[in-house]
Amino acid sequence: MASVRVVLPYQLHTLARCGGAKITLPIAGSVTLGAVLDALEAAYPMLLGALRDRASGQRRPLIRFYACQMDFSNAAADTALPEAVATGREALLIVGAIAGG
Amino acid sequence: MARIRVLVGTRKGAFILTSDAARRDWQVRGPHFGGWEIFHMAGSKANPERLYASQTSSWFGQVIQRSDDGGASWNPVGNAFAYAGDPGTHLHYDGTAKPWAFKRVWHLEPSPTDPDMVYAGVEDAALFRSTDGGQTWVELPALREQQGAKWMPGAGGMCLHTILLDPTNPQRLYVAISAAGAFRSDDGGLSWKPINRGLHSQYIPDPEAEVGHCVHRIAMHPARPQTLFMQKHWDVMRSDDAGDAWVEVSGNLPSDFGFAMAVHAHEPDTVYVVPIQSDSEHYPPEGKLRVYRSTTGGRAWDALTDGLPQQHCYVNVLRDAMAVDTLDPCGVYFGTSGGQVYVSPDAGDHWQAVVRDLPAVLSVSVQTLP
Repeated sequence: MASVRVVLPYQLHTLARCGGAKITLPIAGSVTLGAVLDALEAAYPMLLGALRDRASGQRRPLIRFYACQMDFSNAAADTALPEAVATGREALLIVGAIAGG
Repeated sequence: MARIRVLVGTRKGAFILTSDAARRDWQVRGPHFGGWEIFHMAGSKANPERLYASQTSSWFGQVIQRSDDGGASWNPVGNAFAYAGDPGTHLHYDGTAKPWAFKRVWHLEPSPTDPDMVYAGVEDAALFRSTDGGQTWVELPALREQQGAKWMPGAGGMCLHTILLDPTNPQRLYVAISAAGAFRSDDGGLSWKPINRGLHSQYIPDPEAEVGHCVHRIAMHPARPQTLFMQKHWDVMRSDDAGDAWVEVSGNLPSDFGFAMAVHAHEPDTVYVVPIQSDSEHYPPEGKLRVYRSTTGGRAWDALTDGLPQQHCYVNVLRDAMAVDTLDPCGVYFGTSGGQVYVSPDAGDHWQAVVRDLPAVLSVSVQTLP
């Protein structure tokens, strides 16, 4: 069981009421982008639809995913996250895009 | 003694204003959901402590919040708005067909009798209903069968923004959709008909078109629900047969473009509108913020100005940002794009600003509490 760290933007950690931006999620099996997002939504169901469209499952356009200085925003759900994320040394960063002027 | 609770949705959060029946001294709470757009909040008449709020964001999507203690605390409920079946396509601005896609909830309309039943008007335009306090939502898809493939979004989006429930007939509902028109159901939402006869919109090639009219708002008095008033993109209209036919009642208004509209709580022929200069200039004529009141069901209108800015005022008042309470005398409320919320405790004769510096106001609804 991996223990994965995730950092949420202000609007989402206040919506989730998870006590702050940094949370830790247990992940069984491969630590893929999809597995982490699934675990996040399972632990905090109020985030359903906030990261991924509820109908299509696609990433919302202004949500971005980063880890270890790499952009995973357009990665497939089954993309493995870096070892440093799987071991908890680095966090998956969920970011609201800087947009809107 | 009665109390008033005003629910204000803004571009950057929700605010709750409360007062006693005098409506002179106000307490302001908020922001709730700071930073999020609150398109609409509404309280249940069946249980006034039950509130619903539409919290939305271009970044983070749609959240429906519910309170069971009058807004002191809130919890997110269901936000799965799945169209029934394959919703197909509607027209896009360029005339191409575009797949229907949910974007946000514009308006929430609780049942007058069941606190767990609430309707949601959404963009892309559709009507949803929840019977479990907002946990789950089911579309009433027959509405989109009214030539939905021909609907095209207005400048604000293809939104279902108005829902009226006939208090004397639970089977009768009205909705209005920007750039599509008004529609009525007489069987609880199982089937619908367009109710746009008599509307004239210069931009529609076919003057007899059943759909395509840009209805901004419809309003009714609960004691006379077959009479409807409409603020169309241009034109203020009236129907006395549940929308089957409309006549123009713009009369002497300085402009008949506008968004907001309300009916006096005790006088079914007393109607309020806020004229806006034009669809190119979304601010009041002459820089004067004036509510116009007709006590004759339209045609003859009087400007209400006492307490409202009468120079250099260039705010807008959006379609869901005007409401009335049910006290006597009737209170009238509206919010502006400049962040002011105005109240008149005497049916429009005098106005005061409850707050002046909120974020842009998207919606105002009012609860009269025992």
